[in-house]
Amino acid sequence: MLDFLQRAFGREPALGTKQVAKERLRLVLVHDRAGMSPKLIEALREDLIKVISEYMEIDQEGFEVSLSHGSDSVALVANIPILKIKRLFSD
Amino acid sequence: MGEVIVVTSGKGGVGKTTTTANIGTGLALLGHKVVLVDTDIGLRNLDVVMGLENRIVYDIVDVTSGSCRLKQALIKDKRFEDLFLLPAAQTKDKTAVSPQQMVELCQQLKADFDYVIIDCPAGIEQGFKNAIAGAEKAIVVTTPEVAAVRDADRVIGLLEAAELREPKLIINRIRPSMVKKGDMMDIDDMIDILAIGLLGVVPEDEHIVISTNRGEPAVLDKASRAGEAYRNISRRIAGEDVPLMDLEANEGLMGRLRRLMGLAR
Repeated sequence: MLDFLQRAFGREPALGTKQVAKERLRLVLVHDRAGMSPKLIEALREDLIKVISEYMEIDQEGFEVSLSHGSDSVALVANIPILKIKRLFSD
Repeated sequence: MGEVIVVTSGKGGVGKTTTTANIGTGLALLGHKVVLVDTDIGLRNLDVVMGLENRIVYDIVDVTSGSCRLKQALIKDKRFEDLFLLPAAQTKDKTAVSPQQMVELCQQLKADFDYVIIDCPAGIEQGFKNAIAGAEKAIVVTTPEVAAVRDADRVIGLLEAAELREPKLIINRIRPSMVKKGDMMDIDDMIDILAIGLLGVVPEDEHIVISTNRGEPAVLDKASRAGEAYRNISRRIAGEDVPLMDLEANEGLMGRLRRLMGLAR
């Protein structure tokens, strides 16, 4: 009833707590899901090598892929040493 | 050959056992031959929810260790001829059964039943691994809370890693009036986040407490909204196309008043 009165007199905050819950859930899942298995990372690395190799010659040994965690985000960081850029795409 | 379905959630207390009991009874109500398997060894509860706790002689560990035959351990339900329970052991721990034994047990059960419904323990350790070992399909139960959805997300990842593709979601204990006020995540929010198919939505309902007190699944109670939701879910599992029920049909006088006055969002 109090809630009803508050709403009637326009004292209810604009947003319900659902938005808070969704945002907190989003952040928590960004971190949880970033715990990718080494198998998945390896598969991603191999796919990246395949795609990038179409454009340039890369050092496959030195190719590193990892996830970098910030406080509210996770980034995919790839360090890809280039050996040669293919002439076909250089102009 | 029947179908083996595991009911899981990650987080405890979201309604796995209640869901297992109601789906199993709901499928029996539709005329199917069903066996419920409680894999929560050491913390068995499905027997109590089904009202069968006084009939237990043998349990799942007696079966897997060869102390009794499978048929001896199956407890027949009070209400349905073709509904059975295989209870968990209460005095052993979760390592008393191995995933390989669970696979063999499920193979045996599905030869005799249309549906084998496995009640999974909370957590993602040995008990979880045992529970999913013999399953072909998975149902993930969650409630509209951050902790429950987070754990559901984790479990979905583990199910997919275990080749249990396309688990289906049941959202339990939703409170339409709170969703309406914007104080509870709604169905679409959770489907978006978890990115899996929806099997059903069960509203918060006091009938569940009452039916659990009695040991009679709410799915048999015509007056129960949660029971209606579980009847719908059972029909969907059996392959029927049943629309989601109208959650606001029973919102009460205050809800209707608010809407009349145009105050509800």
